[in-house]
Amino acid sequence: MNAFLFGVAIFLLANLAAGLVRIMRGPTAADRMLAAQLFATTGIAVMLLLAEALAQPAAQDVALIFAVLAVLSGLAFVRRVWGKALKEGG
Amino acid sequence: MGWLDWLSAGLVSVGAFFFLAGTVGLLRFPDVYTRLHALTKADNLGLGFVVAALALQAPDLSGAFKLLAIWTLALFASVTVAHLVARAALREGLEPWRRR
Repeated sequence: MNAFLFGVAIFLLANLAAGLVRIMRGPTAADRMLAAQLFATTGIAVMLLLAEALAQPAAQDVALIFAVLAVLSGLAFVRRVWGKALKEGG
Repeated sequence: MGWLDWLSAGLVSVGAFFFLAGTVGLLRFPDVYTRLHALTKADNLGLGFVVAALALQAPDLSGAFKLLAIWTLALFASVTVAHLVARAALREGLEPWRRR
């Protein structure tokens, strides 16, 4: 079971690496921020899987922090960058 | 491995598949709005399946509730960010993609 959870965690990290292509390609600033949000969601899943596989419940608190950081970074982006980026054309 | 472990393994596999679907959507969809859909819906559904699998493995009820709380917080985060990004884009006139 632990080996399977490790395998899924590695698969999710490979998924994340593939999603990073959007940061390079994405025409608008929001596309790049979406990839950052992908980081957050995938990070939460990987942290929860590792908490189970390594029997470290403290890693679930790390996942909680990732969720909160996702909110904060998304809000900061929308308020500070997105409106201005759109006015200048993406 | 008992039947509970097999059920958890199955749920984690389904969750990983949804994560893959979300990333494929992020890479292949034609504009910001549709990519928002792929990211928030598919990825959070995948996270829900992973949390369900791990909640089955939790040692007690409070552990399972903690996992559910983490998932709910991730849901709220994605919903808020998606709504704000899409609203700002629409307000500034970013045109949604139309099939030619």
